[in-house]
Amino acid sequence: MSVHADVARRRVEELLRAHEEQAVRRWAEIAKASPEELGEIYQALLSVLDEGRDDFADVRGLLADLSRSRARAGYAPADTARAVFGLKEALYEVVEADTDGVEAARGFIWFSRLIDDLGLFTFETYADAREKIILDQAEQLLELSTPVVKLWENIVAVPLVGTLDSARTQVVMEKLLQTLVDTGAEHAVIDITGVPAVDTQVAQHLLKTVVAARLMGAECIISGIRPQIAHTIVTLGIEFGDIVTKASLADALAHAFRRSGFQVSGGGGAHVAIRAERV
Amino acid sequence: MSDDRNMADDRNMADDQNMAIASSADVVGVRRLVRSVALEVGLSLVDQTKIVTAASELARNALVYAGGGDVRVETVRNGARRGLKLTVSDDGPGIPDIDQALSDGWTTGTGLGLGLGGSRRLVDEFDLASAPGKGTTVTVTKWAR
Ligand SMILES: Nc1ncnc2c1ncn2[C@@H]1O[C@H](COP(=O)(O)OP(=O)(O)OP(=O)(O)O)[C@@H](O)[C@H]1O
Ligand SMILES: [Mg+2]
Repeated sequence: MSVHADVARRRVEELLRAHEEQAVRRWAEIAKASPEELGEIYQALLSVLDEGRDDFADVRGLLADLSRSRARAGYAPADTARAVFGLKEALYEVVEADTDGVEAARGFIWFSRLIDDLGLFTFETYADAREKIILDQAEQLLELSTPVVKLWENIVAVPLVGTLDSARTQVVMEKLLQTLVDTGAEHAVIDITGVPAVDTQVAQHLLKTVVAARLMGAECIISGIRPQIAHTIVTLGIEFGDIVTKASLADALAHAFRRSGFQVSGGGGAHVAIRAERV
Repeated sequence: MSDDRNMADDRNMADDQNMAIASSADVVGVRRLVRSVALEVGLSLVDQTKIVTAASELARNALVYAGGGDVRVETVRNGARRGLKLTVSDDGPGIPDIDQALSDGWTTGTGLGLGLGGSRRLVDEFDLASAPGKGTTVTVTKWAR
């Protein structure tokens, strides 16, 4: 760093220190943020300047927190960046009032560039934070989107989609059992076509549900077991015993039709005609 | 049980990823992380599903029996073959009898008792280090075919 620049930098530091209270207050006004939060960032910035370092890791860390919390609160990224840029304005007012104009002005230009960098950095953090929020929301949506549907008189189905954790599997299974009570259905199809992995915990929930449904007089059919899931289940050593499993939801439905006395006749695979035998 | 092949040179440090397991949402997160790395190293769909399932078992064991732990996912290389190496460690109570813990159907909890033994069958290399009071570390590797 040249002598000029160094002097300028020191001048900025002096000004920041001398007018700390005023600058933080003004910055908070411009940025519409709390003076405490910004005061912390201000302090971190001062200590970097103070030690003559060029390592702004601490400042960036604090800015990242600010950016993330604002992302969660729904602020636009421009708002967050503008909040950071606000420090320039706050300092400018101090510089303007300074008697030693030249050094202060030079220092201000240097400082201005630094703040621009830091402001842009909050943009990146913001984008990362938003991405994470979107992922979390997708997960929550999944949780809500597991309907138990009535396929036919006497037959209900629950298509499971997405990653299953214990809590979600339990919710779905309870919902299924409740539907069996409410509808008096005797057949339930649990379709796992949309489930990427079945581990021992998910398998245990499935097994328990089948047993519980049986106690209520209903029979469960597990459908949509894809090859990779079948491989994994067998390797894990999970036994489905006498539970009926079918490759597809259509096969499971056909099975349930047969069991409940509907006659299903195929029309060359192009369509399936269904005739109720029992009213 | 363990394969002592030295893979230190083959390790690509830049690809290491670490995650803490503190909740069942983290177990789902581990599955997602392992799935993406498995895809990247070129594991087949069946092998992806196997390593993801093993990861789920090991991460949940750390959560259930040790109150939490850490997961490390690395990509490894053996000649032209690429693989995924997964390390799940915890500072929990440890496992007093490892053979018993690995046997199918053995559980001190309410599970099926298939997680550990099943995970060993799901992967290509399996190493379990544990002792009472010393925590548990399970290291597994799955190679692309
Ligand atoms: N990280 C661990 N720390 C301490 N004990 C463990 C740990 N992992 C496994 N165990 C012990 O080994 C036993 C067997 O584990 P395993 O995963 O095979 O079955 P499980 O967890 O009981 O049931 P699941 O089939 O649902 O996995 C456990 O019941 C537990 O006592
Ligand atoms: Mg287990």
